[in-house]
This record gives sequence, structure tokens and C-alpha cells, in this order.
Amino acid sequence: MQDFSSSFALAFALIGGLDADLLEIIGLSLRVSLIAVIIAAIIGFPLGASIAVIRFPGRQAVDILLNALMGLPPVVVGLLVYMMISRAGPLGWLNILYSPTAMIIAQVILIVPIVAALTRQTIEDLHREYDEQFRSFCLPMNRVIPILIWDARYSLLTVVLAGFGRAIAEVGAVIIVGGNINHLTRMMTTSIALETSKGNLALALALGLVLMLLSLTINALVYALRASAKHLAYA
Amino acid sequence: MPCVLVPNTWLMPEMKKITQLPLKVSDLCFSVHKKQLLGDFNLHLDSQGVTAVMGPNGAGKSLLIRLLHGLLEPDSGIVEWNGKSLELAVRQAQAMVFQKPVLLRRSVAANIDFVLDNCVIKGNKSCRDILQEAGLYERRMQPARLLSGGEQQRLALARALATSPQILFLDEPTASIDPSATRQIEHWLAQVSDNGVKLILVTHDIGQARRLASDVIFMHRGRLSEHTPAKQFFEEPRSREAQAYLRGELVI
Repeated sequence: MQDFSSSFALAFALIGGLDADLLEIIGLSLRVSLIAVIIAAIIGFPLGASIAVIRFPGRQAVDILLNALMGLPPVVVGLLVYMMISRAGPLGWLNILYSPTAMIIAQVILIVPIVAALTRQTIEDLHREYDEQFRSFCLPMNRVIPILIWDARYSLLTVVLAGFGRAIAEVGAVIIVGGNINHLTRMMTTSIALETSKGNLALALALGLVLMLLSLTINALVYALRASAKHLAYA
Repeated sequence: MPCVLVPNTWLMPEMKKITQLPLKVSDLCFSVHKKQLLGDFNLHLDSQGVTAVMGPNGAGKSLLIRLLHGLLEPDSGIVEWNGKSLELAVRQAQAMVFQKPVLLRRSVAANIDFVLDNCVIKGNKSCRDILQEAGLYERRMQPARLLSGGEQQRLALARALATSPQILFLDEPTASIDPSATRQIEHWLAQVSDNGVKLILVTHDIGQARRLASDVIFMHRGRLSEHTPAKQFFEEPRSREAQAYLRGELVI
């Protein structure tokens, strides 16, 4: 059993020495979560904006559902995706269980509701401001939505970062569908879980520190973006 | 962008014909939550120039121009522009400038390009011409929402004019800007009117109405009190509400 301070020393040594395993794990984590958040934005922006702008029957129900889905338990998402893509599942033929693709799918399902719900809020506020002017311009609805998304770009970037923060820090879903296989599907969070249970606190701690640093960086980015957008009166 | 000397002729486009007049409004009613805000409103408008819409707060002035422009649906009654209802083609030949300018979160030039790209009807002026006319060409790269209040309203007006409207509605366009900026805008509006655009201007400013209006619609509590030529309105208004309003009494 390593003691507390030696774990820290080892962790810093791993980070400082750019340990190959460490870098591989960080790289995979970033890749999976970045791809997931891009896909989630492609789905979530138009979805959230449509709910904000278009009046249709059942809109409120969709809204409630979306907000409820924001709190989806990751392990449940993991389980459902697992059942879909395991050999016996309806998508078993895709053969993607225990692959980064599976992890991306799970993360997309987790963060689409977040991106869509936050987008809806942002776009709704902007739409309220622009609505009369746009109707005066006789803009058709199919043009209004992309225009609103573009004009909300700074706020939506912070939405994306919020989604990324959730994806990169999530463990329950990716460990079920990814399987935490060394050199293949081992992410920061899954490694922390594994290494901690193995008693290898140094690696776990090193990964934990990197994860915290990332989360700090993301928050700093959000803050800086907001500040610069406000400065330009674009927020 | 290459520097080209722009001939002065674009400053004076030929007088356009207003094909949307006369405006005929019959028995227009509008209510919110069963509270009638506009009732039994009848109007026949065939004058060129500037029509001022005046009246105390809550008289329904902004409501009226929104109904005329088709931004609101009336409960009952008819709005007809030269015999046509508020169909898309009619509305596309109209524009509105709001009290608080609604500017896109983009640069000054991008706000003009926006209507040039998105609106069906537009004049033949380039973005550069339009901004020079508005006196905003030097500021074209700036974020639009960082302009001063007066500049923002000039941009909103320039943008509305870029759609080459026959009818331009203005909802208290100078209510929140200072006197010198107001003067610039009034001067410009007079030119726009001279160029053959019909202006329908909601204003609280009696002086502004005197300076610009050719006729005045006076409203009180959602009803038309009178519609008279400006000269007559300011010298001897017919309705008691208008008389009181012009004397500076508090008309409620």
C-alpha cells in the first residue's frame, strides 16, 4: 500500500515524464469525448432550436422529456446501449461492443439531451428578442433557425463545453460498453476506477489530476468566452 | 474593397410609386385575455408623406401599426392595402423600425448584408452605399450592438430601407435617443418621405409630429379619435382628447 505523499510524487513523475500509457489513455479519452460532443452538437443544436422556435402540439411534453433526459443515469444508458449492440442485441451485427465507437454512441446519448435542452433555453431567449423583426422581414422559418444558431454562437460554445465536461468525466456508461480494455478502450475515468481498485494509486491519481486540470481549463475557457462575447456585445 | 468614386445620383433615387395605397381598415378589433385593446377601428389612408400616430400611453398606437403590418392577427376586421389583404407580397414591400433597435449580434456591415441576403425585395444599393448614406461606413467592422443609441437606430433605419419598402412603419424611433441624434434621424426621414416612401410614425413627441407629419391619426383608449391633416390637427383639433393632449394636459 503506497502512502499518500508517495502516490502524489509518483503521479507527478508520471505526468512530468509523459508516461506512454498515461498519454494513450488521455488521448483516447479526448478523442472519444470530442467526437461525441461534435455529434451531439450536430443533433442537439437544431433539435433544441426547433423546440424553441416552432410551435407544435406536444411541444411541452418534448420539453419535459428533454429536461428529464438531462439527468439520465450513465450506467442505465450504458446498459441500454450494451443490450442494443451485444451479440444477441438488434445491432449486434455491427460488432462494435467494447470499441471506442460504442463509447462514443453511449456518450452521444448522454449529452444530446444536455446540449439540446441548453440550446433550447439559449435560442428561446434570442428568438424572443428577434422574433418581431424577423417576422417584419418575412423570414421563412427554415432560415430563422440557422440564423438564430449562428447569432447564439458564443452561448452555444459554452453549451458544447458543458456537454464535453459531462462526457469526459463520465464513467458508468463507457465502462459497460467499452469494457475498459487495455490499449483499446481504456479511458481516464475507467482507468481511475480500475487502478484504484487494484491499489495502483499513483496512476489513478495522475489521471485524476489531469482530469481535474482539463475540467479547470474548460471552465476557464467558458469564462473567457463569455467575457469576450460580452465585450463584443455578442452575448 | 477597391476605392471607387460613387456618383452622387444614388443619393436621389427617382420617386417611387406607392402601389399599396390606399389603406383601408374596417371594424378592426384586437383583444388580449378578453380585454379589448383596439375596437371598431376604421380608417381610410390615401395620403403620401408622413402619417403620425399619436395618443396617450396605452391608446393602442403600437398595436395599430403591428396590426397594419401583419405582425399581429386581429380578432376581427379587415386590413386592406390597395384591395389586398396582408399577404406575403404585401408584407414584403413593408418594413418596420422598432423603438429599441433589434440588431443582430454581428458587425454593422453584416446587419445590412443580412437583409440583402435574406429579404426577397431589396433596393439596388450596395451595402457600402447604404452604410455611407447612414453615416456608418467608417464603423462597418464594429459589432453593431456597441454603437451608440442614435447610431444603432440609424443602422436599423438603413437596414429597413435596404428592403426598399413602399410603407415604412416607425414605432417611436427616437424615443430613447438624444436630441442631436433625433435631429439626424428626422432629417433623414424627411428625405425618405420625399423619395416616395410612405411613413407611418408612432410618436409621443408633439414637436416631431409638427415637423414631419402631413396628417395625424389620434387614438384614445383603443379607438380612433380623429384623423386630420396635420395643419388642422395642430391648429384646431376636432376631438376633445386631442385638444387636451395638445394643451399638455394628462389624457388618461
